[in-house]
Parts: sequence; structure tokens; C-alpha cells
Amino acid sequence: MKIGLLALQGDYREHLQVLQTLGVETAEVRLSKDLEGIAGLIIPGGESTTIGKLAARYHLIEPLRVFARAKPVWGTCAGMILLAKEIGGEQPILGIMDIVVERNAFGRQVDSFQIDLEVPILPDGDSKTFPAVFIRAPRLVGVKGDAALIAQLPDGTGVAAQEGKWLATSFHPELTKDNRFHRYFLSLVEQRP
Amino acid sequence: MAKEDSATRGSGNSEKATATVKRGLAQMLKGGVIMDVVNPEQAVIAEQAGAVAVMALERVPADIRATGGVARMADPELIQKIMEAVSIPVMAKCRIGHFVEAQILEALGVDYIDESEVLTPADEMHHIYKHDFRVPFVCGCRNLGEALRRIGEGAAMIRTKGEAGTGDVVEAVRHARAVFGEINRLQLIRDDELMKYTKEIGAPFELVKETKELKRLPVVNFAAGGIATPADAAMMMQLGMDGVFVGSGIFKSDNPELRAKAIVAATTHYQNPEILAEVSRNLGEPMLGIEASSLPESAQLAKRGW
Repeated sequence: MKIGLLALQGDYREHLQVLQTLGVETAEVRLSKDLEGIAGLIIPGGESTTIGKLAARYHLIEPLRVFARAKPVWGTCAGMILLAKEIGGEQPILGIMDIVVERNAFGRQVDSFQIDLEVPILPDGDSKTFPAVFIRAPRLVGVKGDAALIAQLPDGTGVAAQEGKWLATSFHPELTKDNRFHRYFLSLVEQRP
Repeated sequence: MAKEDSATRGSGNSEKATATVKRGLAQMLKGGVIMDVVNPEQAVIAEQAGAVAVMALERVPADIRATGGVARMADPELIQKIMEAVSIPVMAKCRIGHFVEAQILEALGVDYIDESEVLTPADEMHHIYKHDFRVPFVCGCRNLGEALRRIGEGAAMIRTKGEAGTGDVVEAVRHARAVFGEINRLQLIRDDELMKYTKEIGAPFELVKETKELKRLPVVNFAAGGIATPADAAMMMQLGMDGVFVGSGIFKSDNPELRAKAIVAATTHYQNPEILAEVSRNLGEPMLGIEASSLPESAQLAKRGW
């Protein structure tokens, strides 16, 4: 089982390191041919406008949509923006998940923050909180259709969602030592033939 | 605030301006290009071309060299207008040691402060104590000791100094090789000899130890100072840098839009010579530049910083 990291820009190496400590084979995806043989894809944190533009310029948008229809995809922060169907602005996105996302929803960098969240779907999620790091983060303003909220801030703001084999988080599990989100994503990949 | 009872709600208190949060933004910028801009129009061109952030300043380094005089923090009005013009992070420069310029930039809400040798230093002995700030800082370095002193003061991101405003990549290469070379040699130094090495390079002991364990700097490390072409950017990436700053190189060239896009593509596809060849075609004239080795010592910006 090989997991791909969209490696156009952003903190893809942090994700690769977590996956490697879990003993998972990984691949960096920069062109559509790099998607061959991959069982699941992570779209990392980064600058969503940059990642979207590079994906469009190198003809990756449609191949990524085709990939996502068949296989699990997880987007963190910028990755969540790329997965959302609605982002309230003009920039290239995949637009596959039935979620409405607002970019830079918490303000500028001085308002970036970290907080421990309850995420019951995770292994030990009932008893152990998850350290969530928000960097100029987006938030969920709408979760529709088959998409479901899986984590919220204390004020109720939606910050993670799942829709079948697709996962989106406003925050960055790859910046922490807690690998439960990565293990959860791997379990989604393993469930599929 | 009434807290509703729900299984998916968070429980902890939120914390801002932690080291994780400050260093985290730099991690999100990796593999990207940060471009110097002097007005909102240039900022929009940079964003459209795929820049991950812009550096707001009054004059690009090439013009600071040309016009001379004291170079200071940009007018807050200009910085504000640039912040309003784009959705990507906006950085701004303050003078080395000028902690009040930094306070003003923090009040404006810029996303990163560059305590920069490109501006005229305000203090010839001390850099800003950056732990005091909520906004993260990036600082220049020429070698490992200088990088770790800045991190010790609270820098959340490092860049090589190179020689800004020259369009000559040679100094950026020298500084990148110095930092990586020293980190490589650090692996060979026994733990019981680390203190002596720490003394030699004038760096905080704990950070020397951490760098040895990590086999890299504890923060993100970008290339800067003299990058003018897609090939320059890709070379810095292949040397192991996390991303690039391009100062005068874009808006002092013939066709800024095209060159900006090309440098963004080259920074992503830095290991792909076919794409590098493609994006390097027909870019028009690069900035004219000055050979860095021809500069008299008084004109070498990289010498600033202690």
C-alpha cells in the first residue's frame, strides 16, 4: 500500500515523515503520472492559491478528481480548501467534498492557535484529546449531503469533516507527534479493495 | 460563553503565538517563493503568479543600493494597502535591532517580520529579542552559528543572506553550503566535545545539540539574496533549501509576470530538468545585476548582523 503526497508546495515532508514512522510506503506527486500505483492521497498544508495554480498549470486538476472518485483523499488546511465544493472565491480547486469552507477564517498569523480537541472517531478518541494546530486556518461554514462534522471548536465552529473516503481538517496533524489522524486515514485506505 | 454539551467539541484552552504556531507558518510556506513587492499592484501580480507570500517594502534591494541613504521600515499605509490587496501572507522588514519598528509591524498585523540586513541596522550589537513578540520573525544568516543565535533570540524561520540586490546567486550558494556543511560536520562531533564547538561558533548549546539530533536546523530555512532566474531557484532547492525569497529579481526584470510564474514552477519542479528548460524559455532580460565580488566591503549587506 503506497500513499501519495501532493508535493506541489507546502509541508508535504512533515506528512511523509509521519507515514514513514508508521512503516508506510510513500510517493511525491507533482505530475499526473505520479498518481499511478497509489492507494490514497494526502493534500498537505500550504498556500492553497499556489497549490491550486500549480495543479492547474500542470494539468493535475482532472486527474486528481478522477483519482478521488475511486480512492481515499485527505486534505489538511490548504488541502481542505482544495477538496471543498464551495470556498466563496475564485481559485483553482478540486471541488469534490460537499462542504463549504471559508479561507483565513480566524484572521491573520497573530491569531493562529493550538488547542486540544475531542475527536471521537480517532483511536482512543473517547478518552484522549487531539492536539490541533491552526495556522491561518480555514473553517467549515457548511457540511452538506453525506458529509459529516467530525471535530468542532468549543464555540461550535466546524474544523474537520468526513464524507465516505474523503477527510478534511482545518488543522495540521502532521505538525504534532500524535499520529492518530494518519492512522485513521490509513484505515480508510485499508478498508478499500 | 455558554458551552454546549457535545461529544465532538473541543475541551482545552486555545493558545496563540507558541513556537509550534510561529514556526508552523514557515512550514506552510515550504517549497514556495516569497516575492518582494513595493505596491499593491505588484502584490497582486505576485499572488497571481503563485507566490506563497509577499514581502512588503518601500524599495527593492537593487534600488536601495542605487539610491543610498538610510533604508527603514516601509510606510504603514503602504503595508496596509498591500495586506488588503492579497489573500496570501504578507511579510514586512524592520531594521536589525529596531524593536519599535517591529512593534509597529506587529500592530499592523503583518504575518511575518523580516529583521533584515537589507535595511540600515539600528543597533550594531543587538538583534531584537523576538520571543517578546506574538508575530513570528525570519532572520538572515551566513553560517550555522549566526542561524542558531537568531533562533536563540526567537526567530521562527531562517534565510540565507546571500547578497541582496545583486542578482548574483554566488553568495546565497556560499551561505547555503556553509550552513549545510557545518550541520554535516556537526554529526561527527562527539557529544562530550559539543560545548567546545558551541564556544567556537558562538551559538546556544541546546540549539547546537538539537541541530545535531535533527540533522537540520530546528526551523525552516529559505534561500535569499541574489536569486534571479528559475535555474537559480532550482539550484538552491537542490542544495537542500526549503524555499526561496526573490527580491529585486522579479520586478527588476523585463517581464515580471512571466518570470514570477517561471520561478514558482522551477521551485516546485526543481528536480525536473525538462520542466526547468521549458519555463526558462523566452523570459526576456533578467535584472542586470552586479557581480557580488566587485562590491566594496562597505556595500556588502551580508556583513550586517552580529
